[in-house]
Amino acid sequence: MSSKNTSRPVGVVGAGSFGTAIANLLTENSQRVILYVRDQTKSKQIAETRVSAGQKLSDRISITNSLQEIGEECHVIFPVVPSANFREMMQNLSPHLRPYHILIHGTKGFDLRLPDKPFSGRNPMTRAHVRTMSEVIKEESSVVRVGCMAGPNLAREIADHKPAATVIASQFNEVVEVGQRLLKNDRFLIYGGNDLIGAELSGILKNIIAVGAGMIHGLGLGENARALLISRGLVEMIHVGRALGGNIQAFLGLAGVGDLIATCGSSLSRNFTVGQKLAEGMKMEAIIAGMEEVAEGVKTIDIIHELARSYKVRCVINEMLYKVIHDDLTVADAQHLLMKLPFRQEVDFLE
Amino acid sequence: MTRKKVRYDEILPNKDQWPIVKLSQNRVGFIKKVADESFHQLLTNGTPIREELETTVYKERIRIKANPWKVDPADDLRFWNNIKSELAETAQLTPEETQAKERELMQTIILRYTEEIAGSFKQSYYRFARTFITFGFARLLNATRVKGFLSLFSRQLDLDDKIQIVGQTEHIRKLAKKGTVVMVPTHFSNLDSILIGWVIQFLGLPAFIYGAGLNLFNIKILAYFMNSLGAYKVDRRKRNPIYLETLKNYSKLALMEGAHSLFFPGGTRSRSGEIEKNLKLGLLGTAIEAQREMYQTNADRKIFIVPVVINYHFVLEAPALIKEYLKKTGQERFYQEADEFSTSYKMGTFMLKFFTKGSDISVSIGRGMDVLGNYVDDEGNSLDAKGNPIDTRDYFRSGDEITEDSQREHEYVRILSKRIVEEYHKFNRVFASHLVAYTAFKMLQRRNPTLDLYGILRLSDEDLEIDYEEFKEAYKKLRDHILKIHKEGKVDVANHMKKRATISILHGLENVGMYHARRPLILKNNKIIIQDPNTLFYYHNRMEGYELEKYL
Repeated sequence: MSSKNTSRPVGVVGAGSFGTAIANLLTENSQRVILYVRDQTKSKQIAETRVSAGQKLSDRISITNSLQEIGEECHVIFPVVPSANFREMMQNLSPHLRPYHILIHGTKGFDLRLPDKPFSGRNPMTRAHVRTMSEVIKEESSVVRVGCMAGPNLAREIADHKPAATVIASQFNEVVEVGQRLLKNDRFLIYGGNDLIGAELSGILKNIIAVGAGMIHGLGLGENARALLISRGLVEMIHVGRALGGNIQAFLGLAGVGDLIATCGSSLSRNFTVGQKLAEGMKMEAIIAGMEEVAEGVKTIDIIHELARSYKVRCVINEMLYKVIHDDLTVADAQHLLMKLPFRQEVDFLE
Repeated sequence: MTRKKVRYDEILPNKDQWPIVKLSQNRVGFIKKVADESFHQLLTNGTPIREELETTVYKERIRIKANPWKVDPADDLRFWNNIKSELAETAQLTPEETQAKERELMQTIILRYTEEIAGSFKQSYYRFARTFITFGFARLLNATRVKGFLSLFSRQLDLDDKIQIVGQTEHIRKLAKKGTVVMVPTHFSNLDSILIGWVIQFLGLPAFIYGAGLNLFNIKILAYFMNSLGAYKVDRRKRNPIYLETLKNYSKLALMEGAHSLFFPGGTRSRSGEIEKNLKLGLLGTAIEAQREMYQTNADRKIFIVPVVINYHFVLEAPALIKEYLKKTGQERFYQEADEFSTSYKMGTFMLKFFTKGSDISVSIGRGMDVLGNYVDDEGNSLDAKGNPIDTRDYFRSGDEITEDSQREHEYVRILSKRIVEEYHKFNRVFASHLVAYTAFKMLQRRNPTLDLYGILRLSDEDLEIDYEEFKEAYKKLRDHILKIHKEGKVDVANHMKKRATISILHGLENVGMYHARRPLILKNNKIIIQDPNTLFYYHNRMEGYELEKYL
């Protein structure tokens, strides 16, 4: 690898809890980092206090409010913004991007393109309407060397210097190597993979199950029920994931099972928290209003509800959560439904 | 129908400036360069030389026994036996001597391959072949179309009356002046390479080099044309890494020397009649490698990829091709050409039939792209999806320098090949003959939802009739949709498609597979009758890939 690559700063776009944690992590290999903060006042405030999302910033991080600076100074950029703002961010960043840029994103959600007419049986939502973040990057810019980070990476724990691992997936070995070189240290392990879409889908779909796990926790249903949900949830993830173009392998690795276990057992997960609060009887609007950052799982449940219908994939867990969120079902009813999870063949995707 | 006749000047009137002429003048030097480069590449590939030599000798000796051709040199077996014994004798040598010997043998083999591959373009031959094709066929055409003996000398009909060249013709001429053009046509018929050869000279472009199957050189008359049109030889029987590496380097270095090239990226003729979906990545990869190496050596010249779509109402080989497709044994290890072209005589009859009977052909020249599939403007500048300029060089940079990364380039070839397939669909010119075939076949499938493909093809005669009115309704729906996506720039249509539905249906029925022994589709007593489901399937396949079935 060329040494010039390392002498340039690395860009991080988005100063939420995960973006901040990644920025700090990057500095550990003596790397200079430029952290982009969209909001101008917030950007000034962070630059002064040197604290972002409750985490102390390393001295090697400089703060910017200019995407142009990120594009021009950095050849490697980590975009970590919520999926709802991702396309807009890319459209603004795109004029400053060239084909030599490498983008490794850490956003676990879908981009949804709404058609003119609302979705219905005659006008079904298809894969063409939903994009993973790597697809958004390629659509909106001339960048081709794209990768994603996926795995059990609760931001709080990374910030607290607890050991963890992640998967960097990309069709380009070069991207995986760059990611490894930049992020790897003695308590952060990096695996590489080629199935970019599979890794992205794993990260996205597990959020659904995390909401469900939070609900079970909130209802106090116990560990057996949680394990039941997680393992049936994995099967559901795989069926949906396959319909959307991912391979099974990614789901069985760190990006799938790994992330699933971490998020389904931790109140550090926003999606888990949403489920828990639903179980405690809070309304969806109130929960969202009370959160500082986006719980991607909520939007994903709506999207999968539509897609499952179009592709005729049975998604019992997703359906149940969809109904609870949209007030068609009480949490208690959902509990009964849980006990009616289909008991055909338990594992039917390995033949 | 009268069309304004366009004539194109030669963009490089002085043939001594043609890259291909320069290349053939320096043939010996070029062969050496290719051999050296291939040797170097093979050494850096990392596979042990010994292993590659042994595999190659083994495979070559099998080839000579199992599948000998007329064009094979007389000393073929002797040469390989020799290599074999020399390899065996190394047992008595020291490790250093062995290594030196192995390298020497490797170089000998590479040089032999390069000599075999290298084309021998001769200007005088070229001039003759060109005149022969344009003049000769134009005469034949007039003789049969315009009645009377004197018509043999009439100028009423030229080859370009029969062949419509549409699309970005001025654009490709500009690009050929700016850089090196790689033309990538679809491949349906053995006629394609001669047709494209004619198109190239008609557009005033210098001759292109292209890889022609060595089997075609078995036929004397074809060999003559091939040699004179800048062909180099590709032997599909030889699949050993040494041969493939040499072939790739030949193509790559010729591109770097500025020789415009013609690749049939589908590899062989489309067996199913469908537009190619899976392109052969090897040759396309040489364009990407050549471009990167040119950037590394600070040569600023660019390589432009120009997709070309050829459309026929009628493909002579269709019955044989589709049969082969249906039998499909898959593997093409020792690929043998279907026998319809095995002799000069058969070839001649085919050409005669083709050129004397009226069946239109259209050749659509697509828009130029850089090696990553970005469109280029007339100046050769790459543009991104939003029309902003981008520097192709940046794709090969990591950090601040141009680097070589074969895995990266492998991905780039896939991106490029996907783009070419997309462009094929955009520039594909829908003929009514394709659409009548598509409509009829899809109606059969609709009617027999429980049958698989083979079941449909085996339907009995009474099930092979469709009521004309019903057919017309379906055809109209599909045509409307095609005209709609044509407006959106997703496909091209022939002019006759825009006429009234009944007229375009008749045009389609008259032309679809018109010279086959059994025409696939006829209209009789207000019924559409399917006479040959196999060729119907073949012509129908041409319209696959547009998701038309939804609109039936």
